[in-house]
Amino acid sequence: MTATVQTPGRAATPPPRPLDRRRLLVDAALTALVVLALSFALVGFKIEDVPGGLDLLLRFDDVVVAAALAFLVRLGVDLLGAGRPLPVLATSLALAGALAGLLVAEQGQTEPGALTRWLPFGAVVVDWLVVMIALGFAARAAADLWRRRATVAPVATEASTIAATLRVATRVLGPLLLGVAVTLPFLPEVDRRILDIAILVVTYVMLGWGLNIVVGLAGLLDLGYVAFYAVGAYSYALLAQSFGFGFWTCLPFAGIMAGFAGILLGFPVLRLRGDYLAIVTLGFGEIVRVVLLNWYQFTGGPDGISGIPRPTFFGLELTRTASGGGETFHGFFGLTYSPTDRIIYLYYIVLALALLTNAFTMRIRKLPIGRAWEALREDEIACRSLGINPRNTKLTAFSIGAMFGGFGGAFFATRQGFISPESFTFIESAIILAIVVLGGMGSQIGVVFAAVLLIGLPEIFRDLQQYRMLAFGGAMVVIMLWRPRGLLARRRPTIHLPPEGAGR
Amino acid sequence: MLRVDGLHTFYGHIEALRGVDLTVEEGEIVTLIGANGAGKSTLLMTLCGSPRAARGTISFDGRDITAMPTHEIVRLGIAQAPEGRRIFPFMTVLENLQMGAITTDPRHFDTDLERVFELYPRLRERRHQTGGTLSGGEQQMLAIGRALMSRPRLLLLDEPSLGLAPNLVKQIFTVVREINEGQGVTVFLVEQNAYHALRLAHRGYVMANGRIILSGTGQELLANPEIRAAYLEGGH
Repeated sequence: MTATVQTPGRAATPPPRPLDRRRLLVDAALTALVVLALSFALVGFKIEDVPGGLDLLLRFDDVVVAAALAFLVRLGVDLLGAGRPLPVLATSLALAGALAGLLVAEQGQTEPGALTRWLPFGAVVVDWLVVMIALGFAARAAADLWRRRATVAPVATEASTIAATLRVATRVLGPLLLGVAVTLPFLPEVDRRILDIAILVVTYVMLGWGLNIVVGLAGLLDLGYVAFYAVGAYSYALLAQSFGFGFWTCLPFAGIMAGFAGILLGFPVLRLRGDYLAIVTLGFGEIVRVVLLNWYQFTGGPDGISGIPRPTFFGLELTRTASGGGETFHGFFGLTYSPTDRIIYLYYIVLALALLTNAFTMRIRKLPIGRAWEALREDEIACRSLGINPRNTKLTAFSIGAMFGGFGGAFFATRQGFISPESFTFIESAIILAIVVLGGMGSQIGVVFAAVLLIGLPEIFRDLQQYRMLAFGGAMVVIMLWRPRGLLARRRPTIHLPPEGAGR
Repeated sequence: MLRVDGLHTFYGHIEALRGVDLTVEEGEIVTLIGANGAGKSTLLMTLCGSPRAARGTISFDGRDITAMPTHEIVRLGIAQAPEGRRIFPFMTVLENLQMGAITTDPRHFDTDLERVFELYPRLRERRHQTGGTLSGGEQQMLAIGRALMSRPRLLLLDEPSLGLAPNLVKQIFTVVREINEGQGVTVFLVEQNAYHALRLAHRGYVMANGRIILSGTGQELLANPEIRAAYLEGGH
């Protein structure tokens, strides 16, 4: 074929490179083959519990569909890369339309499953996911077409327009998200389940923001953050159990104890960097967990600590009847009792804690210590040559980050009412770190998105448990491929001068 | 102002400095020239306490700073534009300069910033650009500017001309003179570019194999046939 071949409807600027059909097909077929090989054993066979034993289920249709989808996706990516958005747009729209149509029609069907056998995969959510991906392709293809129509937009400006869009988006999104977060408990359709998920997500947002101080700002890779979370939780639980202190009394203590633990960890690792630091912090996290597990007299070991008191509202309890002569919240304000009140209250506590963390970080970034953290992340030797004391700078980063972890831990303890070492395993550290890294290190709003993505979505799609880790891993790979510095990796400078000659 | 006596520095078993003596007087530009591996950068880094001197003393204003931690030495009024510039690549030019001022009274910030921008108008143009996107010459300007933001009395420069085009080298050296004469900052300059460095400096030292082998005024050294043969012939 030659370069003069033109598809109708596409303006001739700039002339697309000649299309090597064979190479495209081979590429897509190879991708499909890989998917086929990978999914043959994993997806093709399923062992199911049936009365009287196990049954082997064959699902080769799913394997074939998966391979076909992989073929299409790869072909689509290649076609977009070769500057042929039109066929991609048409195919993806047709596919998305057909699938979505079937899915919608299925919902209206009286006899369930009448149409689903025409759908790939058993799970409806997966089908919707396919629709989403197809729509994503369509959007990308449409954007390509539009850009070609506009004729200007040289490739060089693409990065800067993305940056500008992001800048506007983050400026608008922040207040918007805050508004949603504050009013969430009173929005329609928000029930106890969603509130519980929201509490979980906000807890992780807070932990992410806390860890962001250590990892994102100071650049110290900490794989044992959960240790501080545990210290905070146990500080509160033990203080409450032994002395009968309430949540608000213990909260500062939990933070201080965790901060102290941060300094304790900080000292031995001062000279370490990068991988070595990560290993030591990982060990520290495990040490804390193992101590909690084995120091039976003090922590209750694997039995954990139960009966941790709930937070009160200025001394008012959020229960149906007050214990020990206290007064209840609903009684004091003359409201009818609702068990959701307590959940809403918990939600606002954690939201306040998270916002506190955020406000603190935003503020400290503009102070000398915060700037020293960021400088330390970029170049330790340069820092030293500018008169920054690296030891103190690292220790403050560790302890302040740990302090917020401790606050989070105290909240966790009061929310659960029961804690045991099982809640503080390495996977928690890994998830919090993943939130920070995926969000874009040092980006505050990125942490929110990553927390919603990593915590909220898996909770919402609980029915898909078997695919959860698959999706988790897939999301990680995709993000690292497309946005290797994180979802919203745009550092906002902490200082600005007015433009030259602008009379403000 | 700065006095170095019998300085020895080791990297493991390798003796990089074998008894260096030199002085820098207030208001001077003093240059240290020498071939690769002579120990020039080691000397500069030993002055800042990293690596530590094994023997000998370093004193600044009559005060022994040999064993002082780096960040405290810097706070005495010694600023360094380190080898390889070491600017902060993800921070903007302005933030880099702000980092330089981290040890000083923030009230001076605006005047100091204006001073640096007058020396290097290019930095003013690029002030919101991140450090990593600057060209080599601009990064060198930023490194020197950042060092100046700490209001130093002694400025240590490690091969500011490294990897720069000839006209930029000239520009860098002109500004070093300006810093010295206009702002009264004493400059200790380590250079491989012997011709430019010696023309600029009041006095110079020549280093080889961890020892000072020659010293004199810039003009004397430039006229010295040995120096000409070793460092100046066949170039510049």
